[in-house]
Amino acid sequence: MMRNIFVVIRKQIKDTFKNKTILIQFILFPLMTIIMENTITMNDMPELFFTRLFSVMYIGMAPLTSAAAIISEEKERNTLRVLMMANVKPAEYIIGVGLYVWSICMIGAGVMASGIPAENVPKFLGVMAVGLVISIIVGSCIGIFAKNQMAATSLVMPVMMVLSFVPMISIFNDTVAGISKIFYTKQIMNLMDGIILNGSEGVGRSGTAIIIVNAALFIVLFSLAYHKKGLE
Amino acid sequence: MIKCKGLCKKFGDKKVLDGLDLEVRKGSIVGLLGPSGAGKTTMIKILTGQLDSTSGSVMVFGKNVKSLTGEDKKKFGIMMDNFGVYERFSCMDNLMIYADIYGVKKATVNKTLDDIGLGDAKRKPASALSKGMKARLRLARAFIHDPEIIFLDEPTSGLDPQSMKSVHKIIMDKKAEGCTIFLTTHNMEEASKLCDEIFLLNEGKIVERGKPEDICRRYNRLKKIRIHLTDGSDMELSAGGESATRISDLLLEGRLETIHSTEPTLETVFLELTGRGLQEAG
Repeated sequence: MMRNIFVVIRKQIKDTFKNKTILIQFILFPLMTIIMENTITMNDMPELFFTRLFSVMYIGMAPLTSAAAIISEEKERNTLRVLMMANVKPAEYIIGVGLYVWSICMIGAGVMASGIPAENVPKFLGVMAVGLVISIIVGSCIGIFAKNQMAATSLVMPVMMVLSFVPMISIFNDTVAGISKIFYTKQIMNLMDGIILNGSEGVGRSGTAIIIVNAALFIVLFSLAYHKKGLE
Repeated sequence: MIKCKGLCKKFGDKKVLDGLDLEVRKGSIVGLLGPSGAGKTTMIKILTGQLDSTSGSVMVFGKNVKSLTGEDKKKFGIMMDNFGVYERFSCMDNLMIYADIYGVKKATVNKTLDDIGLGDAKRKPASALSKGMKARLRLARAFIHDPEIIFLDEPTSGLDPQSMKSVHKIIMDKKAEGCTIFLTTHNMEEASKLCDEIFLLNEGKIVERGKPEDICRRYNRLKKIRIHLTDGSDMELSAGGESATRISDLLLEGRLETIHSTEPTLETVFLELTGRGLQEAG
């Protein structure tokens, strides 16, 4: 089992530098965080504003789009079927892709954490790790549902907009802030605010519960998608 | 190696395969010949466990195909018509993925690429390969792990004659190494050239089976000999003693250029049996 998972990871690592679409997803937000934090200073701007903002957007975009794109592309080109015929189990493939996306995104998260006080970095990375896992599950769901890459993009776009932009807009609009509470990305944003600003978690039991419910919901959705459509 | 009895496959109300009996012996090349939509790909999918049959039995390596383990399936090499390659990866990287899965050494991958004539293109991305080169790459992927049976679904479909020839050579080389090959095609020339035994499939039923030359002989109703003379004219003689004398005379006179038999081609046999050609869409 481990051999096949490593084969999938190795294949994806090789593909990272050849697939510009995926590569941009991984480096865009970490790069923007570094640039913005070091170039833009405004009066009354909260501390590490861009780190907080982009880290949540990173969670809502990069793992989602890349997991969905990788799976749907393999389905469209029928290379996934060849892997399955070579005795790679669907679970091995999904774990391989998930681990790859998670690892690369965690490197990006590490870059984003460069401005955070050192003592808060482990907590920041811990929250990022959880958020990335949930987004990978969402992305995999879309990858399984979509017949091809174009269909995956059409499905990813609205989901990504909701998960990434709703928490961002909630900063400026109270109505949106109310709605955004039900999404794990908003709760992660609250967590980030606490961790980055004062080292505390900043969400109560309800926030943690929302994240857990979101995760459970997407796991159920993933199971349904997998049982209905499989990986073919 | 493979034994099918009364194999049926239905999609909804449509019967795609209807009571097929078929046997593939070790080390042979067996061809399933039929027009598009005859059920050839469905047959390969059932034999390789990608699809379940509706009824009938399929035994591979002496086991029911449904009970084959992952280890059993590692003895398969499969090249389906629609199986893609990793376009951004080089030929080498494409094969290395499967070499890693099967535990095949890099040196073997290098040798395979040389053997199939892609040695010079091993660093080229698959997207830059011609259709023929891509077909060879897909074929190499099917046998990189030295399988016992190779299933080839329309291996030369859409290829130019040169590429077709090189794919045929690879297939014959694998046969010489002792591999059993099951292929589907709608190209009668290919079937005649490669296969030890063929099955003519039409609308899910096997309408004829046997060695290609035997089938053609079986349908040789004319039983005539066609002669081409040095002056450019042709003549037809019936197969008999008189004709032997006539041929002998022509030879002595130095007027005989070539002698041809008049047995039908597989295409003609298929047309006679089904009323439609092999190239026609189903």
